[in-house]
Amino acid sequence: MLSNIGSILVFFILSLSLLIIYYSYVETQTTRTTIKKNIYNLSLFQVTFTILSFFTLILGFIFSDFSIINVYENSHTTKPLFYKIAGTWGNHEGSLLLWINILVVFSYLFLIFNHKHEKNFRLYTLIFQNFLILGFVIFLLFNSNPFSKIYPEPLEGLGLNPILQDPALAIHPPLLYIGFVGCSIYFSAAIASLLSEYSGKQFALSIKSWVQISWVFQTLGITIGSIWAYYELGWGGFWFWDPVENASLLPWFAITALMHSIMVLEKRNTLYEWVIILCLVTFILSVTGTFLVRSGILNSVHTFANDPSRGLFILIFLSLMIFTSILIFFKKHKKEDYNFNSNSKETFILANNWFMVFFLATVLIGTLYPIFLDVLTNEKVSVGPPFYNIVIIPLVIPFLLLMAIGPQFNWINSKKEKLYKTLYVFFGACLINLFLFYFFENYGLYSNLILITAIFLILHSIFDAKKSINNKKKFIFPRIISHLGFGLLVFFIGINHQYSVEVDFNLKVGEIKKFNNYEIFFKNIKVQQNKNYKSVIGSFKITDLEKENINYLNPEIRIYTNPETLTYEAAIKSKVNSDLYLTMSNLPRSDFYNIKFQNKPFMIWIWISAIMIALGGFVQLIIKKNEE
Amino acid sequence: MLTKRVKNRILFFLFIFIISIIIAIFILKSLNQNILYFSTPTEIKQVEDISLDKAMRVGGMVKKNSIVVNNKNIQFIITDFENEILINYAGTVPNLFAEGKGVVAEGKLKDKNFFLADRILAKHDEKYMPPEIKKILENNAK
Repeated sequence: MLSNIGSILVFFILSLSLLIIYYSYVETQTTRTTIKKNIYNLSLFQVTFTILSFFTLILGFIFSDFSIINVYENSHTTKPLFYKIAGTWGNHEGSLLLWINILVVFSYLFLIFNHKHEKNFRLYTLIFQNFLILGFVIFLLFNSNPFSKIYPEPLEGLGLNPILQDPALAIHPPLLYIGFVGCSIYFSAAIASLLSEYSGKQFALSIKSWVQISWVFQTLGITIGSIWAYYELGWGGFWFWDPVENASLLPWFAITALMHSIMVLEKRNTLYEWVIILCLVTFILSVTGTFLVRSGILNSVHTFANDPSRGLFILIFLSLMIFTSILIFFKKHKKEDYNFNSNSKETFILANNWFMVFFLATVLIGTLYPIFLDVLTNEKVSVGPPFYNIVIIPLVIPFLLLMAIGPQFNWINSKKEKLYKTLYVFFGACLINLFLFYFFENYGLYSNLILITAIFLILHSIFDAKKSINNKKKFIFPRIISHLGFGLLVFFIGINHQYSVEVDFNLKVGEIKKFNNYEIFFKNIKVQQNKNYKSVIGSFKITDLEKENINYLNPEIRIYTNPETLTYEAAIKSKVNSDLYLTMSNLPRSDFYNIKFQNKPFMIWIWISAIMIALGGFVQLIIKKNEE
Repeated sequence: MLTKRVKNRILFFLFIFIISIIIAIFILKSLNQNILYFSTPTEIKQVEDISLDKAMRVGGMVKKNSIVVNNKNIQFIITDFENEILINYAGTVPNLFAEGKGVVAEGKLKDKNFFLADRILAKHDEKYMPPEIKKILENNAK
């Protein structure tokens, strides 16, 4: 029943998309300056049907309608309601429907919110967005239909991978998807802008908010994913340079570069071509990331039962997208003159873009190199964190410096004397670093430089904030918040890296382990029956002999039956200044338990700084809305 | 005679070109130093002059009844059903580490029969199998 409704709705979306493309094209040929009502209506129908189809699938999951294969494969009656709903996008087919939802919703919103802009530009954007919708709906219908039926109807479902049954992971995909698929709208707008020759400042204004929205969601999505990895995967780290994490970072670099260069286009009416390239690249990288992850080329928790035909479809679609955009770009682009003074804001923004491109290239090479080597020479290699650390960390130092200095400059040309203040701030940063160096253990040259530059950026942002409050210049707050967030992020990661304590050992129940100034007592284990899993809970007493405080931690081993899986739940005690982290795992044929203990300073501050970066973008959206 | 404008432009592009080459060399060099090669126990046996100080990955199946645990280390044998290698590891094992299951160990060789691991790779899906190990199994099934 639900599956029929769903399939019909998807079919409607497909037909509406074709109608919109047709009517929009006819409309571009007329001389009217406004868009005819029927295109608005068609878009409204399209967005309604799309959202309804998604609700239909959610209903299927809530009521465990196992006649739908997708529900049968990914749900189970004993699963808590929350995870039944989250299961909707916890699998390939459902997440593709979510993907289409975001494409359609953004398409509709872009149409109704940009009424001030030129007619043909809006229509072309609509046409290209609907080509994207069309492509993904065809993919959904012929390859990954979430509404496919199964007969006879099974009595019970197979269940959702337990590792995905987690609140952070329930919201991680929607956030990341809004971030990635949101890029589609300015991909379409960029092509539309080339075709309708609606360029320069006006174009920048039309896409600016959309860039900010998707940037905020991407940043939040990546952060939530990282938080999840920290407490669920049991390694105690938050970034592993895993190929799948890299795939999410690639579009982020491109979009961050775009966020900055779009300001130059808006204020100085230059860099148009570069902005167009970034618009195109951001969405292409989002789809590439999806392709790499979904096709099973990169293996990870994100790969649901992988299927080469999916990869092939995305690959064909991706090539079409790249080919079309390159073709249109080279046919339509115009020569531009660049007139930049070295002491102007735009030069520093360009410098930011250079760094972003460098980071992007590094991560892209590191991620793709093993794939190419495998295809070409059949040799299996992997690129680990050391590569990224060696290549990226040295460049973070000048990057942080420029990030603090750049915003001090004015557009076009600025006077030199302003920089003296910056020098004082720099000495301040050196002093604070010296202080840290003196009171804690010493650390290497790199760490010194990174901490100095991070403190420099933090101090500078604080002074900027103070100045802008005095001058009542609220429009620079978003920049200050994001830059301050980034400075804090690097600072806390640096400190965290320097002072983390990590010990692995094996322990039997009742034993005590002593090391450094810690004493860990494995008191007992008990078994507990939960709704859809059984858990073995260990209880540990951790005594800090130096500070004489005692903490109790209870890590778990969870045994899920549908599907049959073990997961290890880390016990984490978060405090303002540090996290105590403990995982316990059983070892085959042995009374020993494998224990990992970590003391990680300032963990929550790392999360807070990352969220602060996203907050900057959010504040900018609010400020802009109030101005209108 | 080139005008100043054209000259500046040429210099600018030359500058960008040289910088990009330097960057490319820098990236590729560090890439080369930091990639980990994957081998099976059989491949380790076959290679004559294997480097002992370069980090690498070894993969295969955990041999049945081979896990030995004391309060510091875990020892087990990785097999590809032709050759075996003894692994010594101090650290946390992933969820699906078990006898008879696939495993990838990362670390350094002591000699051709003994491997000191500093990481055992975790994958979080019961259906998941590292592609390298899948291949070994397919080859042995033939």
